[in-house]
Amino acid sequence: MTKRYGTTPALTECSLRIPAGHVVALVGPNGAGKTTLLHLAMGFLNLTAGDIKVFGWSPQAQPTIVLPRVGFLAQDRPLYRRFKVRELLEFGRRLNPRWDGELARLRLERLAIPLHRPVGKLSGGQEAQVALALTLAKKPDMLLLDEPLSNLDPLARREFMQVLMDAVAEEGLTVVLSSHIIADLERTCDYLVILAQGQVQLAGEIEGLLDSHRTIVGGPSDRALLERDASVIHSSHTPRQTTMLVKLNGRPAAGQWEEHHVGLEELVLGYLSRPSGDSSNKPEPVEPAKHQ
Amino acid sequence: MLPSFHYSHSTMIEFRLDRASGVTTYWQIVQQVRRAVRIGRLKPGDQLPTAREVVAKLAINPNTVLKAYRELERDGLVASRPGQGTFVTKAAHAMPHTAHTALRRSLERWVRSAREAGLDTENIRAIVSTTLQESEDKVGIA
Repeated sequence: MTKRYGTTPALTECSLRIPAGHVVALVGPNGAGKTTLLHLAMGFLNLTAGDIKVFGWSPQAQPTIVLPRVGFLAQDRPLYRRFKVRELLEFGRRLNPRWDGELARLRLERLAIPLHRPVGKLSGGQEAQVALALTLAKKPDMLLLDEPLSNLDPLARREFMQVLMDAVAEEGLTVVLSSHIIADLERTCDYLVILAQGQVQLAGEIEGLLDSHRTIVGGPSDRALLERDASVIHSSHTPRQTTMLVKLNGRPAAGQWEEHHVGLEELVLGYLSRPSGDSSNKPEPVEPAKHQ
Repeated sequence: MLPSFHYSHSTMIEFRLDRASGVTTYWQIVQQVRRAVRIGRLKPGDQLPTAREVVAKLAINPNTVLKAYRELERDGLVASRPGQGTFVTKAAHAMPHTAHTALRRSLERWVRSAREAGLDTENIRAIVSTTLQESEDKVGIA
């Protein structure tokens, strides 16, 4: 996919395939193209070049097929602030062909969110829960959330994820969650997409990615030895010590260096710190189709 | 926390996640069940929390719980009964006291040799840690 706003590139020849039934972390710095990607998936934007398909359908060409199946929670959680919560529920019921208002009401009651209160008078956490409840009430097959945890305190973030994960457990939802706070994602996501400078830097099942990467700490001459068995993603040096994030090429690397397993945050930071233009570790090209 | 959340049946175990440990989530659950069985907190017939219950409490990916329970089932420690839940099958066998003492003694001898060879506490800790890690290395993260 390629998307430009005027002459400003947002996504450049981006190839991605997101598997159903996963909770996908879409990470990258601000301006990387995360929101653009989500908007393209909803059909809010035209592609400049290329192709995007959701469950096999084009969101722009077949919105009546795609939109009922995909829920979207925008970053600023736009809710009509003067409306009472129960009025928004009614609004949703009238607009959506599939609607489970009972479940939404139940979830909100369990959270002690007053249905008669205008949205504008709710706390940030409560507002996020209302927005989530409304999106889930549509019974979508996939949910796209753009920075859903921003501006939420830790308790509100936890409660939001509890409801979301419960919905995944109950309904087998596919979820794509964009964030630039990786710590929040580690326990909930099983698939990772790193987007930076409008390109996919890395994509794959998190368990496999963490299994195939290591942090190696060794001497300055170790890099050359290491490069026989692994690809170096990122490295930093002192005159006596070299610290590298590496991707193993099949066999474990053997050498006189320290080897450490890599956490999700370290993995993401390593790929984001890679010198730009370094395409030696791009994911294999896939057909430019998504969510199949 | 969802107010007035409680397990729908009496489960004997509650899981916790230690983010700082570097141990992957599903493995922490496996370890906590194993430990609970070992010390007798979980007995044969006890039911583990359902995946939904764990997810609602800890806000983790449900597949993580299912994966942990599958691993425990492979170990023969639990059995899942469709429509009912996952239940503990094996009882703890307490290690005989003599085996415990013998292990302690042999460790004390090893530590003495290590110190005589010039290793300091940190070196020793590092060797123990690596050896443990290798012995547990089915998971890939620790």
